[in-house]
Amino acid sequence: MASRNRASLVVGVAAAAALVLAGCGTTGGGSATQSAQPVKSEIGPGEGQLSILGWPGYAEDGSNDPAVDWVTPFETETGCKVNFKPFGTSDEAVTLMRTGQYDVVSASGDASLRLIAGNNVEPVNMSLLKNYADVYPFLKDKAWNTVDGKNYGMPHGWGANLLMYSVDSVTPAPTSWRAVFDDAAQHSGKVTAYDSPIYIADAAVYLMAHKPELGIKNPYALDKDQLAASVDLLKEQRKHIGEYWSDVVKEVQAFASGSTVVGTTWQVGANIASANGTNVETLLPEEGATGWSDTWMISSESKNKNCAYLWLDYIASPKANAAVAEFFGESPANPKACDLTADKAHCETYHSGDEAYAKQIWYWTTPVAKCLDGRTDVQCTDYSAWTKAWTEIKG
Amino acid sequence: MALQTQHPVPGAPPARAAVPRPKAHRFSALLHRSPNLRLAGLVTAPAGWLVLVYIAALAALLITAFWTVDTFTGKVSTDWTTENIVTVLTDPVYQRITLRTLWIAIAVTLIDLVLALPMAFFIAKVASPRWQKLLVVAVLMPLWASYLVKAYAWRNVLADGGLLEWLGAPVGLESPGYGETAVILTLAYIWLPFMILPIYAGFDRVPDTLLEASGDLGAKPLATMRLVMFPLLVPSIIAGTIFTFSLSLGDYITAQIVGGTTQMLGTVVYANVGAANNLPFAAAVSLVPIAIITLYLFIVRRSGALNSL
Repeated sequence: MASRNRASLVVGVAAAAALVLAGCGTTGGGSATQSAQPVKSEIGPGEGQLSILGWPGYAEDGSNDPAVDWVTPFETETGCKVNFKPFGTSDEAVTLMRTGQYDVVSASGDASLRLIAGNNVEPVNMSLLKNYADVYPFLKDKAWNTVDGKNYGMPHGWGANLLMYSVDSVTPAPTSWRAVFDDAAQHSGKVTAYDSPIYIADAAVYLMAHKPELGIKNPYALDKDQLAASVDLLKEQRKHIGEYWSDVVKEVQAFASGSTVVGTTWQVGANIASANGTNVETLLPEEGATGWSDTWMISSESKNKNCAYLWLDYIASPKANAAVAEFFGESPANPKACDLTADKAHCETYHSGDEAYAKQIWYWTTPVAKCLDGRTDVQCTDYSAWTKAWTEIKG
Repeated sequence: MALQTQHPVPGAPPARAAVPRPKAHRFSALLHRSPNLRLAGLVTAPAGWLVLVYIAALAALLITAFWTVDTFTGKVSTDWTTENIVTVLTDPVYQRITLRTLWIAIAVTLIDLVLALPMAFFIAKVASPRWQKLLVVAVLMPLWASYLVKAYAWRNVLADGGLLEWLGAPVGLESPGYGETAVILTLAYIWLPFMILPIYAGFDRVPDTLLEASGDLGAKPLATMRLVMFPLLVPSIIAGTIFTFSLSLGDYITAQIVGGTTQMLGTVVYANVGAANNLPFAAAVSLVPIAIITLYLFIVRRSGALNSL
């Protein structure tokens, strides 16, 4: 009797499980919902809310520092209540954006094309955004924000991934990325690096300068051998890494305690560290550097498109753009912002509008099989190969 | 009896025998007659819950592991392939990560066992009843603090110039820095209460008279420990190890906070879900700890430890 009951229970449970699974089913591929709506022709009244996905420090509402606040003025001006979610890497941004829960995103070049390819963001009617006219011309219609002649968002600003070092422990002051590669052994266990596959490009930039025989022309266009050389360099570096960072606050804390003394960073990290009394310096090493050029984009699934348009326009307005650029430590997208920064030399420091300087920076781009440097005789390694290589480097 | 000849008092309850059966009783009678229906009524809700939350989730995980993802557009393609599973099992990187994770889980379990046995013994058998209560509360105390707070506290303790270095300086001990050792220390600290409690309960269940009898028969304390106490404790010890072992095997937060460059199975899953957006591969990796824990549970099931959980 008991055994029969148990058998029927098992059968019942199995049947129920089968039903549940049938309910889940295999949805073939899950094609993205193409937004059938045409590009917006006018900005209507705000919907009263806006969820923003951005790099840490791109939407400060005064909760970190009462003096740093450009979200509250936006809220009072438009009535759009802002919800901010920060992310640590472009990969994370892409993944979060695909949930469809966010209205706007600050996408770097290594995320934007993936978002466009996945139909996660939609073309933006730039003529509705009055501040777009002021934006530096060399930021407009670029490969990372424009596809097939359609603009996908508002340029926000750009900057370089810098080398940060602790003044007391690293002497003499470094001038080259050598400090984290060939000379990493001098500070073994106290070197840090950015925890993302895109960091492979930093190694490629270094090899471009020091191993010209590899023939790397663009750090995001690496064939098999070039990738292998970069991976070997990073595996060598791995022996001396104390921590990989993707959370800039954690990195700053490691510099403060002395657990880390040298490594790659964003200027915002150096700013926070200096504000906390940690003695650090940053520099753009002689080899050049990787960097970012960010674009605010609008989710194709957004239900708050009016607020989204208002935000895109607002963040490029001289005042807000100046506040963001200064807080994060980057060059503003709007030249008019340069007159409004607290530090009058800010735009000079960051070479805003200096097109020649901006050209030295290798902006994050998603590596794809079709070589970005125009080579047609080889296949380049794509981002999934980089992701696998990154796991292998970390071991 | 005499009452029956009188008219019933208005408003008084009518005599029971005259009442027809209310409908509700038919249902209970039906249940009474058919044990299968009774059983179905009792187990449908919990079984449904179990199926939905555990079995369906595991099945979904298993199925997902056989899919692939287009890394550029991030779309999961549902063509069946064993590529992910093969990579996880054959790629030296993932083999190394699996072994490392296993080693961390075993080390944490052993450290906790060595710490928990004497503590649990003291609380259960040596301390006075009043102290016993206080000590149990003291063991439970750390569980009131958030996991993250404890992990970050260890991050500070292990930092350069942190508490550990300061304490160790007179003896020439250095902080291990962020890495595998730090992960083991932190996890051993966080999971310790989960080891102490079942072992304490086990000690508590051993009657004092048994120990006295053993002594009366000439056993020395250590022999009593080995021959009387330990066999009775095995299920409790195993119960404790299930907690510490499985929790360490799946951990990914501590590894990120104090692990430095350490990759564990959990962090690989996390990276593939959050950063690389490669859910099929993450599912394939997550099957590894599930397999290990299932195997472990099968081995310990025979000890009867699962009955005392």
